[in-house]
Amino acid sequence: MVIDDSTNSVRHEVTHTMNDQTSSGVAYSLENVTFSYARRPYTESEAVLNDLSCLILSGRVLGILGPNGSGKSTFLKLLARVFQPQRGKIELLGDSLAGLSQLDVAKRVALVPQETLQVFPFTIAEMVLMGRSPHHQGWGGWHWEDSQDWVVAQNAMEELDVAHLGHRLVTEVSGGERQRAVIARALVQEPKILLLDEPTAFLDLHHQLDIARIIKRLNRERGLTVVLVSHDLNLASQYCDHVLLLNDGRLAAMGSPQKVLNPEIIEAVYGCSVLVDQHPQSGLPRVSLPV
Amino acid sequence: MTVTSSRTLTRSRWWLWVSSACVVTVVVLVGCLGIGTQSISYSRILAIVLDSVGGISLEQSLSDPTSIILLQVRMPRVLLAFLVGGSLAMVGVALQALLRNPLADPFVIGISSGAALGAAIALLFGVGISVGSISALPVCAFTGALLSLMIMYRISSAQLGFSVYTLLLAGVVLNAIFSAFIMFLTSIADPNRVFGMYAWLMGTLTGPDWSTLGMLMLYLGVGLFILGMHAQSLNLLTLGEETARSLGVEVERVKKAVFLAAALLTGAVVSFSGIIGFVGLIIPHAVRLVVSADHRLLLPMAGLMGGMFLMMADTVARTALSPSEFPVGVITALVGGPIFLWLLTTRQTQLGMK
Repeated sequence: MVIDDSTNSVRHEVTHTMNDQTSSGVAYSLENVTFSYARRPYTESEAVLNDLSCLILSGRVLGILGPNGSGKSTFLKLLARVFQPQRGKIELLGDSLAGLSQLDVAKRVALVPQETLQVFPFTIAEMVLMGRSPHHQGWGGWHWEDSQDWVVAQNAMEELDVAHLGHRLVTEVSGGERQRAVIARALVQEPKILLLDEPTAFLDLHHQLDIARIIKRLNRERGLTVVLVSHDLNLASQYCDHVLLLNDGRLAAMGSPQKVLNPEIIEAVYGCSVLVDQHPQSGLPRVSLPV
Repeated sequence: MTVTSSRTLTRSRWWLWVSSACVVTVVVLVGCLGIGTQSISYSRILAIVLDSVGGISLEQSLSDPTSIILLQVRMPRVLLAFLVGGSLAMVGVALQALLRNPLADPFVIGISSGAALGAAIALLFGVGISVGSISALPVCAFTGALLSLMIMYRISSAQLGFSVYTLLLAGVVLNAIFSAFIMFLTSIADPNRVFGMYAWLMGTLTGPDWSTLGMLMLYLGVGLFILGMHAQSLNLLTLGEETARSLGVEVERVKKAVFLAAALLTGAVVSFSGIIGFVGLIIPHAVRLVVSADHRLLLPMAGLMGGMFLMMADTVARTALSPSEFPVGVITALVGGPIFLWLLTTRQTQLGMK
């Protein structure tokens, strides 16, 4: 399924012209991708993702939506090549993902996982600097950070407003601060594509808005392609150019929020009826649960 | 505040820490050489060492009892303590990073017992015959360590949401199973062979000669080189395997290499000194607390500190009840056990145990 661009609102057209160069390309192309955590041979019912085909365009924000267990996080992990599909083909910026080295993927794609647990006393600065690792090729990964790395890390930490936390331990900062630091770590990878797994889960309203705005800003200012997994249909509606709806490992719908987030599609996928009206400020779809 | 603040590692900070630790190590080493049933003054130690290094008066050294005690008895033993302590601490660091569990220690999670079972089979049933210059003892110990590591790893990756507790429980059970095997073997083996095994099982550093020490250094050199090489990958692995992969680490390859190195080190150490517990637990924890959690610095610092700790512990073990002595494993367990319990009760949230 290819994204239908004609349904994009005027607001989106404006951002697209800013990133004309990047938006013309394709970040990912997936062809008949099937993945299962079980070892081969697996039955079709064990497949987490089933025969998935789609294009992900460069320079846009794509939201991956779907019920629990529909394969959202797995989808993201396939894009980061944390796992590789048993069947089908994924291309990253024109190259076969299976053919690239882990290091080559890490130079192009950064992944922000849902939760970062750290049991060892690393400082925020140390963790952010780890994002520079893909840019060094040493024996078994041994390297020293150079002044360039310090500059990149410092800038990313300032951008995410965690520079003042540099000396604090990852284990002792709040969830929101840690999440911002993890996004900073992803940025110092200097990726072309940023993958985020439920970036606003576990965060309060204020921090949710914070993270969403940061993501949007990075997309606009740097032309960063963003793919984010979310449970929050309204957040996706407001901040994503396109949304992809997964249902039981299969592609249920893909397109602009206006097209995908309608009551019929949502009911078919989530199995409950919802009300959809327009957001008073943006005019984009707003999903509410009936009383 | 810039990123270069406080703990963050730079090359100069690395050299500063490591070289100061080396100096302290040498001081402790010389201190331990001087202490014993017969104390030897430091000027005398210096003279004898310079003498033997120069190789000038070999005849004279051989006739001098003090220099025989120093060069043939005490120095090999103190060096063995250093190598064993250092290796155990570094294996502890590596296992903790791979299993993402600050309580992982080769003894606690049953790797040492696995190695001990392998070594016991070699010792009790005379597999101890060497093939060429390679003795079967460390090979059997290595095999036992590798086996228990593989079991442990299978358990830890078998289920999602695997907790710190599960790993510790699995370690306890693995220890019990291997100990049962060892007890069974000792009960059916030749009583003459069994006697020597008891002291060895408690962890002892008695009686190495220079050639066994050389052999040990060879095994340890290979193992430590592999661990050191993967220091940065270990840093990234503490973020979780999936994140490490997304940061460019070939996780499967690194894990295999580090597990092999850990088994090699544990196997070699156990076959030379028996089971010495908790060094791999206390030392890494202390170094992380004071110096850094960054494995590029943590590994060498834990190695030096672990070596120093065991040199001092063994000096106590061989002098406290002089002229008799007791196994050094007693001291490490008496010091390490309570620290382990303290960590278990105070660091619950940090360990993700909630």
